[in-house]
Amino acid sequence: MNDALGEPQAILVFGGTSEIALATVRAFPRERLRRVILAARPSAGRDAAVAALTADGIAGVCAVDFQAQATSEHGALVDAIFDAGDIDVTLLAFGVLGDQLAEEASPDLAVEVATTNYTGALSVGLHVAQRLRSQGHGTLVVFSSVAGDRARRSNYIYGSTKAGLDAFGQGLGDALHGTGAKVLVVRPGFVRTKMTAGMAEAPLSVDPEAVGELVVKALRKGRETVYAPGPLRFLMAGLKTLPRPVFRKLPR
Amino acid sequence: MTQELSLQQGEQLLTGWGRTAPSLAQVVPCTSTAEVQEAVRTAGPRGVLVRGLGRSYGDAAQSGGARVLDLQSINSIDYDAEAGLVTAGAGASLDAVMRTIVPLGAFVPVTPGTRMITVGGAIGADVHGKNHHVDGTFGAHVRQLSLVDGNGELRELNPDDSTSAQFWTTIGGMGLTGAMTSACFDVIPIETSRMSVDTKRVDDLEEVMAHMVTGDSRYRYTVAWIDTVSASGRGIITSGDHASLDQLSDKQRSTALAFAPKALASAPNLFPPGLLNKLTVKAFNEAWFRRAPLDRADEIQSIGAFFHPLDGVQNWNRVYGPGGFLQYQFVVPDSASELVRVALDRLRGISAPSFLTVLKRFGEANPAPLSFPKTGWTLAADVPAGLPGLGTVLDELDDLVADAGGRLYLAKDSRQSPQMFARTYPRLGEWQKIRDELDPRGVFTSDLARRLSI
Repeated sequence: MNDALGEPQAILVFGGTSEIALATVRAFPRERLRRVILAARPSAGRDAAVAALTADGIAGVCAVDFQAQATSEHGALVDAIFDAGDIDVTLLAFGVLGDQLAEEASPDLAVEVATTNYTGALSVGLHVAQRLRSQGHGTLVVFSSVAGDRARRSNYIYGSTKAGLDAFGQGLGDALHGTGAKVLVVRPGFVRTKMTAGMAEAPLSVDPEAVGELVVKALRKGRETVYAPGPLRFLMAGLKTLPRPVFRKLPR
Repeated sequence: MTQELSLQQGEQLLTGWGRTAPSLAQVVPCTSTAEVQEAVRTAGPRGVLVRGLGRSYGDAAQSGGARVLDLQSINSIDYDAEAGLVTAGAGASLDAVMRTIVPLGAFVPVTPGTRMITVGGAIGADVHGKNHHVDGTFGAHVRQLSLVDGNGELRELNPDDSTSAQFWTTIGGMGLTGAMTSACFDVIPIETSRMSVDTKRVDDLEEVMAHMVTGDSRYRYTVAWIDTVSASGRGIITSGDHASLDQLSDKQRSTALAFAPKALASAPNLFPPGLLNKLTVKAFNEAWFRRAPLDRADEIQSIGAFFHPLDGVQNWNRVYGPGGFLQYQFVVPDSASELVRVALDRLRGISAPSFLTVLKRFGEANPAPLSFPKTGWTLAADVPAGLPGLGTVLDELDDLVADAGGRLYLAKDSRQSPQMFARTYPRLGEWQKIRDELDPRGVFTSDLARRLSI
């Protein structure tokens, strides 16, 4: 249960090795945390994430097996987690960037990106929404992307999955309005992580820690969408008004 | 288990008086004991909780996803003048009890700073008032209570026979032992519905405390308001007793037992966040302090003015704006009386705009394992929930309070940690054992219970 200051006691992370998600977990006051569940495929990275959070003094960190594409297993997994206790904050933080050129050549690869980023998130998001609804409180944090705000030549396949996810998050938030269950849609820009390593940084790039702090602040304020960093909201609003012939010619 | 995602009929978002951390519940009005029993027997996996008038500040009277019973129709009030006893439905308000018995020359044994609480809530939170140093808590005056336990069975509990352990578990049990449907409690005789009040304005905290130590034995009721903005911790001590007939003027004597307080106004629901800030509260506190007489004796006041000044404004909790607020109330033994000053200093350090800060001395604890009061000092301060740095300061104060052998009041709490709670209520295990007998299926629960692992 969140306390009066909006601090959660139990956090569930889908995409439990995501650097942004782990930074978000760390941005909450650790004294109140009692249960942190990292849902991800078994990996050394997942073990390391559990160890690192535990070493930071966070209580009750554990891992569960989760595969975004195995949608038929999501219901049982979500039920098992919520049956063991209320979850205050759920982070939907998994996703793959993909390789646009390869996906254009082999549509099967594009389908995999869509299944993970969109279908998988939709599936687990709806199962979580059901349980938030029956516990009468809690927030689902959907990690969208500014790539979904306007399709770009260089990453429109990834961008289209995030656009779909973003619309899902907004609509779900409206469906749940007034029920105590809430959805926060987060739209990060270029975040310096493993996923973007080696890529040229875009304007307004941020570290995962900055995203985590913005998410925690937005949760405390009960916001429904947040850009990371905040000024991206205005940059994207401007970009969205550009005529396509101009937008198409922008670098990258 | 699937359900519609959007809001359904009968569902309501509930918060405490502080308007923080809402959760959704199915609110079910009950008009009889049989309906309460049925509601408990057919409870779903999220359980059941009774909510009274929602005056606890935090999450005690809400339970996400649960069935929340509204017993306001179970509100009969029977006054036995001969025995000096009132038997009331758990949903009856203290306001209604007073309106019934004051004109007949009787008063409730204990009243907190509001009359707008139910009899069930008064017992569940084991409330205290300005007379704790003399009369103890409300629960100490209960002779018998009826409780629907976790199996839906009706039990009669009292402090004297083989049910005394269950009785004291229910006193201060925050509604977690069952659904109380009625209670019988002592009332005290009064000659008039007026209070004879002495007021003293004192320039610093240490002096306030010294006056309270020496003055307690002279008055049945006493409390101090503290100016949290001033570094000195200056304050106003008000003390009083029920006025006797011969203290009233002739005109007052003609309506000696009249009691019909009116709510003057309702606060609108559009206070901006941050209205209560350092400057506005400083101005308020200055005016409040100056308004009080330096030293005035035997002023005749109404019951409402003396005990329940805030009941004059309905929904006064809205002045803190949409972000809500919390009340931090702790008790520490006399050996740690310096913590009162420390707490005031720390809150002033983060510019906490608190205008309703009260200091009071407690008498001895009663046998209830989860009852809050025990001998020493209790300080209560209202603070906006969104105040920067508040969480850290209160966590630090928690540690000091716990180290000193003190604790926080569950009816006010909305943020302490489960570790803090377990450490400062050492009889929790004993309480839980009896609670488990009363509610073996764990039907009764609340957001407070989940948050603190009660």
